[in-house]
Amino acid sequence: MKFNVWVLLKILAYIAIIMFFLFPIAWIFNMSFMTNEEILRKVPVLFYEPTLKNYIGLWKGEIAIEGFATMYVYFKQNLINSAILSVGSVSVTLLLGVPAAYAFARYKFKGGEDIAFTLLSFRFAPALLIILPLNLYFSKIGLYDSYFALIWVYQLITLPLLLWIVRGYFEDISPDIEYAYRLDGHSWFQSFWRISIPLAKPGIAAASLLCFIYAWNNFVFALILGSSQIQPVTVGALAFITASAIPYGLIACGIVVSVLPTLILALFIQKYLVQGLSLGAIKG
Amino acid sequence: MKINRKLFPYVLTLPALLVCVGILIPFFTAVYYSLQRYNLKMPHMKGFIWFDNYVNIFSDPSFWNTIRVSLTYTFFTIIIELLLGLGIALLLAKRNWLNNILGVLLVLPLMIAPALASLIWRLLINPNFGIVNYLLSFIGIDDFTWASHPDTVLFTLIMVDVWVFTPFIMILLLAGLRSLPRQPFEAAELDGVPEYYKFFRITLPMLFPFILTASLFRLLESIQQFDIIYALSQGGPGESSMVFQVSAYLQTFQYTNIGKAAAMMVVLWAICYFLCHVFVKQWHKLKIKTKGELLQ
Repeated sequence: MKFNVWVLLKILAYIAIIMFFLFPIAWIFNMSFMTNEEILRKVPVLFYEPTLKNYIGLWKGEIAIEGFATMYVYFKQNLINSAILSVGSVSVTLLLGVPAAYAFARYKFKGGEDIAFTLLSFRFAPALLIILPLNLYFSKIGLYDSYFALIWVYQLITLPLLLWIVRGYFEDISPDIEYAYRLDGHSWFQSFWRISIPLAKPGIAAASLLCFIYAWNNFVFALILGSSQIQPVTVGALAFITASAIPYGLIACGIVVSVLPTLILALFIQKYLVQGLSLGAIKG
Repeated sequence: MKINRKLFPYVLTLPALLVCVGILIPFFTAVYYSLQRYNLKMPHMKGFIWFDNYVNIFSDPSFWNTIRVSLTYTFFTIIIELLLGLGIALLLAKRNWLNNILGVLLVLPLMIAPALASLIWRLLINPNFGIVNYLLSFIGIDDFTWASHPDTVLFTLIMVDVWVFTPFIMILLLAGLRSLPRQPFEAAELDGVPEYYKFFRITLPMLFPFILTASLFRLLESIQQFDIIYALSQGGPGESSMVFQVSAYLQTFQYTNIGKAAAMMVVLWAICYFLCHVFVKQWHKLKIKTKGELLQ
C-alpha cells in the first residue's frame, strides 16, 4: 500500500511540474493561432480552426481589424534589431574574448587574475548604475540610439561570459601540444590558430551560442539607450502589449516569434549548458 | 615580430579590458553624480552636496519600502527556487527516457527573456480571458487579483521569477547529483541506512558546493531584478512592488532626479559588491577543489 501512495505522489509531482513550467509556453503558442474572438471567449476553446492570420499580419506589418481600419505594427523591425544586436555583440565578443581567455588560461602574469575577476564583476554590477550616466554621455557625444553603442554596452554581459567559459576549455588543453607544434618552426599565431582554437572549438561554439541567448534576451540596455528605431524584441513586445486595440493573438504571435530563436538554440547547447550557466564553476 | 614574453599576455587581454574600462568611466561618474544635487529639470541648481543624497534617501520612508520590497522579493524567490529546484533535481536524477526529456524541456523557461516571460504571464492571467483564472475557478478561486492589487502583486512577480529561474537551480543541482560518487550510497545501502538519513547525511552535504554556487548566482540576480518587475507591474500598484532598480529608473526618467537615482544605485552596488566578494571567494575554493580532484 505504502508503495502505491509513493508512486501516486510522484506522478502528481510530474504532472504539477509539467503544468507549471511547460503549459504557459504551450498555451502562448496555441494563442498565436487564434483570432481575438476565440481568445476572448469566457470558456477557453480547445478545438478551433487555427489561423496564420497573426503571423502573416506580423510579417506584413499591417492587420485588418473588423470594425476598425487597418492597423500598422512595426514588430518586424524589432526582430531585425534583435538579430543585428545579438550577432554583432557575439562577433565582437569572440574577437576580443578568445585571445584574452587564452592568455588567462595559458600564462601566469602579474595582475592577470585581478583583471579576470574585474571583468567577471561587470556581470554582477547593477545595470542601471552604469547605464544611467552612459545615457547622458551617449546623448552628449551623439552615440544615443546607435547599434554601435548598444553592441558596445552588450559586451558587459557577453564578454565576461565567453571569457570565463572559454578559459576553462583552454585550460583543459595540454600546452605540450602547442609547444611541440611550435618546435616544428611554427609561430605562436599559427599554433594558436591551428591547434588551440580547433581544440577548444566545442567550448567556443557553446559559449557564443549562450552569449547570443543572453544578448537576445537583454531588455534594460536598449530600453534606456535606444529609441524604438533600434530596440530589440524584448522592448518592442512590451510596447506591443501596452498599446491598445492590438489583437491578443497578434501579441501572442509576437512573443512566440521572439522566444523561438532562443528556445531552438537552447536545444543545441544542452551538453554545455551547466558549464556555461555557472561560468565554468561546475562541469556538466 | 617578437613581442616581449612578459608583455605578451597583456597584449592579448588589452582589447577586452579597454572595452570594459570604457564602461568603468560611467561607474565613477555615477558615484560622482550621487554626491551632487542634480536634477535635469533644474540644471542651475546643480552643485556638490556631499552625502546629502544618501542622507535624504535613508530618511525617506519610500526608500526603506524599496529595501523591504527588494529583500522580500529576493528572500522568497531564492527559498522557493532552491527548494523547488532541489526537489525537481531529485525527482529527475535517475536517468530514463522521461527524465531525460524533461531535463531538456524544463530548461526552456530559463531561455526565455525575463521581460518576455512577464508578458507571457500577463496574457495567462489577464482578467478577461486568462486561462489560469479559468483553471483556478475549478478549485474555487475566482477573480484572483494578481498584479492589480498591492496584496497579491509580489506573489505574482515571485511566481514569474520562480517560473523563469527555478530551471537554473534545477539544472545545476541535477548536474551535481549525477556527478556524485556512488560508493558512499552503496555503502549506506549495504548498512541498511534509512532514506532520509542518506539524504541529510550524504546527498545534501556532498551537494552543498553546487547549492552554494547556484544560490549565490541567483542572489546577485534576484536583488537586481528589473526586467520581470518593469514588464509586469512597473513597481505598482502604488509602491507595493518597488524594487531598487525600478525605483532608480523612475527617479531618473519620471522625476529626472539623477543625483538621487545615482545614490540609490551606489547603495545597491555596495550590497552586490559585498555579496560578490563572498561569492568569488567560495567560487574560487570550489574551482580549486574540483580541479584538485580531477588531478588525482
